[in-house]
Amino acid sequence: MTVFIIRRLMQAVLVVFLMSVIVFFGVNVIGNPVDMLVSPDADQADIQATIERLGLDRPILEQYWLFMKGALQGDLGNSFIFGEPALKLILQHMPATMELALTSLVLAVLFGIPLGLFAGLYPENPISKGIMATSILGFSLPTFWVGLMLIILFAVELGLLPSTGRGDLGTFLGMQSSLFTLDGLSHLFLPALNLALLNISLVIRLTRAGVREAMGQDYVKFARAKGLSTNRIIFVHVMKNILIPVVTVLGLEFGSLIAFSVVTETIFAWPGMGKLLIDAILQLDRPVVVAYLMIIVLFFVVINLVVDILYSVLDPRVRLQDHGQ
Amino acid sequence: MTDVTTEAPAAVAPVRVETPFQRFASEFFESKIATLALFTLIAIIVLAVLAPWITPQNPYDLAQVDVMDGRLPPGEEAFAGYTMWLGSDGAGRDLFSAILYGLRISLSVGVTSGIIALAIGMAVGLLAAYTGGRTEAVIMRVVDLQLSFPATLVALMLVAILGKGIENIILALVVAQWAYYARTVRGTALVERRKEYVEAAACLGLSNMRIIFRHILPNCLAPLIVVGTVQTASAISLEATLSFLGVGLPQTEPSLGVLIANGFEYMLSGRYWISVFPGLALLFTVVSINLVGDQLRDVLNPRLKK
Repeated sequence: MTVFIIRRLMQAVLVVFLMSVIVFFGVNVIGNPVDMLVSPDADQADIQATIERLGLDRPILEQYWLFMKGALQGDLGNSFIFGEPALKLILQHMPATMELALTSLVLAVLFGIPLGLFAGLYPENPISKGIMATSILGFSLPTFWVGLMLIILFAVELGLLPSTGRGDLGTFLGMQSSLFTLDGLSHLFLPALNLALLNISLVIRLTRAGVREAMGQDYVKFARAKGLSTNRIIFVHVMKNILIPVVTVLGLEFGSLIAFSVVTETIFAWPGMGKLLIDAILQLDRPVVVAYLMIIVLFFVVINLVVDILYSVLDPRVRLQDHGQ
Repeated sequence: MTDVTTEAPAAVAPVRVETPFQRFASEFFESKIATLALFTLIAIIVLAVLAPWITPQNPYDLAQVDVMDGRLPPGEEAFAGYTMWLGSDGAGRDLFSAILYGLRISLSVGVTSGIIALAIGMAVGLLAAYTGGRTEAVIMRVVDLQLSFPATLVALMLVAILGKGIENIILALVVAQWAYYARTVRGTALVERRKEYVEAAACLGLSNMRIIFRHILPNCLAPLIVVGTVQTASAISLEATLSFLGVGLPQTEPSLGVLIANGFEYMLSGRYWISVFPGLALLFTVVSINLVGDQLRDVLNPRLKK
């Protein structure tokens, strides 16, 4: 077990190291930030001063060495545009993204489980067929397109909900969030729904499949024979068994939500990490791009590592298989 | 005894001799939705290919575009006399024409990246399956690693590194997709490799190359076709997403995603058509490819056959 964890940990470190090489060299070899940052009428001395201030005149290997040395101390360089540490900028934008991703997970459960339950209990009902057809659309429609439709419907035509920004922030237990004010919640709803659509479809399908499988099982028949009410059978006995795959899959999907929020944040002008990344790409703000990519890689590697270790604890066959290779 | 011999031909007689393709086609057309999707897809492809000959204007020829026609709602008549059934965009381009031209770009980027990714994934997958051992372990480790990141994120990372431009987008889409093909091919090839016909071919003294490409590969085609359709749809949608975010194709290559992005700024003022119609074209394309892919999977998968 310990050997398995150590090996996985070493692999994870190797992946992060390789990604840092790819990302750093990729970003630094292509594109010339000097042209972007110095105004066209600046003289040679200004250009030289900027290059020296940003360390762009050093050999690329030395730049990478300085980058890695800084990265290990939590310093990923300063943003060219804002002049602030890139890591600080990303951490400042992280709560907004987390808030969006967590809310959309909650929405996925709130919408997905009841709809999936209904579709699984009454598979022949036309409403169930409608739910399933819509869930297929949820998989194949591009996220940004659905976001546009939500804006047209709720913000432009009906005028019910705002479509840009984060709204008023409330403070609760020292945390600032849109969740604590009505205005903030109304700003949060559309982007969170947009981000949740894929997962709502996923939860509907998982729940439906789970219910249909569980209803034929002996323990359900036994509970019926015991004279339990249908509600108790569904919400206590069946539900417990369905929640296992749903929770597992949603946990795995959390990383994807952070990644997909890039799209949603851009559409709804939500001031999170994703919008920061797109703005940084468009303005060639290399340190921010590099810092974002490193953080997201780290995030995914940690999620995968935790899932791998949890699986190997739950299912020893995974460990043996790995050993056999 | 006599009963048996007289009955047997009678039972055989009504069975028509079908070629495999006819059987495949009749099974495919059993589903009405898939049939509809296939015809929609064919119509979309024909419209896109014929765009220069059937659109009322070339939206990127400045001589044919009139700024006075800008932001006309659907059904208005253009200055040049024809009706703009889908309205016009901010620069006065007829949206119907712009959409057909956009479809050409979207489809060709999606299909090109799909074919390149398929070729690379196929080669790598076959190599892994046929060599086995350490090579296979390393290749599959890389494939698994990449598949643990969502394709959108992989493409976004590459675009962040490479920058805009049609070659960079195709490259990003290829890198985001090859692993899906590699995994599929390797999985099927491993099963095929252990079958007797491969052993027989090896006994005949055929070269490895010949066994891989003439004997194993044709038997891996069915799942590859299914993955290929689904991946092409997701490539088209991914390109549209990147272009919409402004990190995909440049304005000089106006795919559907670029058109939708251009219309976005007009949307809050109620001029919905500039974004909505290119979006619908994208939607019909992606959904019909997916439906065709679903049906192909059902028809080509022998396990699901009755």
